[in-house]
Parts: sequence; C-alpha cells; structure tokens
Amino acid sequence: MVPSPDVMHEYSIVQSLYDAVASHAARQGAKAVHALHVRIGEMSGVDPGLLDTAWKTFRVKTICEAAPLEVEIVAAEWRCSLCGAPVRRGAVLVCAACGAPATLKQGDEILLDRIVMEVP
Amino acid sequence: MCESCGCGDINLVPIEVQQRILSNNERTAAHNRHHFLERSLLAINVMGSPGAGKTAVLEATACALDGRRLIGALAGDLATDNDAQRLTAAGIRAESITTGSACHLDASMVHHALHHLPWSDLDYLFIENVGNLVCPAVYDLGQAANVVLLAVTEGEDKPLKYPVMFHKADLVLISKIDLLPHLPDISLDRIVDSLRRVMPNPKYLAVSARTGQGIDEWIAWLAGQEYVADAEPHPRHHTHAHV
Repeated sequence: MVPSPDVMHEYSIVQSLYDAVASHAARQGAKAVHALHVRIGEMSGVDPGLLDTAWKTFRVKTICEAAPLEVEIVAAEWRCSLCGAPVRRGAVLVCAACGAPATLKQGDEILLDRIVMEVP
Repeated sequence: MCESCGCGDINLVPIEVQQRILSNNERTAAHNRHHFLERSLLAINVMGSPGAGKTAVLEATACALDGRRLIGALAGDLATDNDAQRLTAAGIRAESITTGSACHLDASMVHHALHHLPWSDLDYLFIENVGNLVCPAVYDLGQAANVVLLAVTEGEDKPLKYPVMFHKADLVLISKIDLLPHLPDISLDRIVDSLRRVMPNPKYLAVSARTGQGIDEWIAWLAGQEYVADAEPHPRHHTHAHV
C-alpha cells in the first residue's frame, strides 16, 4: 500500500526536491531528467526508503518520470569538539580523552547533489 | 539527440547542484526568525509525542508567569482546535494551525498563522508542534530554541529510538514526574543516560504540570533565553505588514 501523501514528511521533501529539479531543468531547457543523486544523512530525520517510495509516486507524468532517485547514505560521525578524536555512536557523547562534548561532523545532510538531464 | 553526426545518441548532461533540498523552508524560517528578533520575541518550538504533555506544560507556564510575560501560542493540530481552546482558557493568546493529515509544521505554516495572531507585542511565542517524534525535527520554523517533552511514561529509551529529535533539542522537559512513584521500573537516571547518548551537552529539567514541580526552573530557563541575540539585517526585502 502506498502511504497517503501527507502522513510522512518524505512527501514534503520530495515536493521540494521536485521543485528544485524542475527549476534547474527549465533553466537548461531539458527535455527529460534521467537521474537524480541525493545525499541523505543518517541523522537527518529522512528515511531513504520512504523517500524513494514518495519519489516513485510523485514523479509520474512529470519531466522526471524516468529518473531514478540514487541515494547516497551518509553515516553519522561524531568527533570531539576540542581534540577531534572520534566518539563512538551510541556512546555517551563526550570525548573519552579530554571530556569535551562531541559534535556531529557529518550525517545530517539533506542534499541534492547532481541531476542528469537530457538537453537538446 | 546528437545532431552533429546523426549517431542517434541522446545528449545527457550531468549538472552538479549541491543544493540543500529544504532551502526554501530555511529561507522562510530565516524570515520568521528575523521578525521575532526585531521584536525581541522569544519563539520556542515545542515538540514531543502525542500526549507527552505539551499543552499541559504551557498551561502551567501561563499560570506560573501570572501575567509577568505576555504569551502567545500557535498550536499545530491534525484535526481539532482543542489545544488552542485550552491555551486560550489559560490566558494565552492562541491560534490553531490545523494541518489536516500533515505530520509536522513548516516555516510557511507558521508565517501564515502569524498573519492571524496578533503577535508583535508578545514576549514569548510557543509553537506547539504536531505530536510526533520524527517529522517535526526536520523543519526549522524560525524558533530561538527547540524544547522537546519526554513523559516518564514513554519509556527510558525513547531518546535512543528518536535520536534526531533529541539531538536537536536545546532543552528536554522530562514531564509527568509526579507519576514516578507509580512507575517502579522507570528510572530518571536511565532517561538521562539515554539523553547523554544523543545530546553532546544535554540540558534537561524534570517537571510536573500537575504539581508544579520544576516549573520555576523552566520559567528561569525561559528568562535566560530572552536576550540571546540582537536583530540581524532583514534577510530579504519585505513590504507586507504583520498584525
């Protein structure tokens, strides 16, 4: 069963994604979009599977109809805010060496990286 | 189609974009934030599960402040305006944002609602988000701070199950602590341990809207947030008036 368009925020993200892609495609005079590459962090709050489901529903009868969504998942990476030592996920988020709080170095991305489009 | 040699290949071009997908929401959130800052209004995004006690804590907040601060609220609600009615009865100037089936508030819903709520003289604006520990965490609304409620009845490991929400919290209100004597298997220490695994610098207060325990500390925390930033230049030209 396809979830209804409003019950998960991935649909609203797909709407924003489509708007961005359509605007780039129009600027290039593209005839069709053939692929999209996005980067989604593990700590972004976006579920890649649901995003793909939402995309497949949304792209029908648009310039993106034939464009698969290629998702690169970015692992969450915590590091000490002072000395840069890695802090393991799931551990208390404080550096074992110097006691400073950790910061999230990567893993909160919700990014459109690349669009492959067919131009005249 | 390649037209130069007639080979029949289509002409595919990769375009590097490197664009934040929610940049439109971020622009509207920055716009809201500027409005709040130029009026020295403290806007708080209040999040938590359905039934965590968001509305009850806001009622207790109004009661404790007893008119010392002018408070407004926008209450995100799927289908009813029950929360806004309760907040109004507590002396809070409140407006509902009925989201239909949408699972979160976004910056444009807040901006739109600000056209219906006289807000410019308020000291505090609480934006009571839709009850949900997933979707609301993704959308900046223009708030000064995120406050997440976690009722002791929800279980000690909720921060580990919903790390994005708790990671984004500037303050966690551990609510309904008056129920702890009835919950022998729940330990406040273990809740705090879960928070420390998703929040590098965890700030939390244990509160009960029913008994008032911890509410003074919460009021003090709010007062400490009042002068965190001066107004920055307006991010874009804007001529419409807000009530």
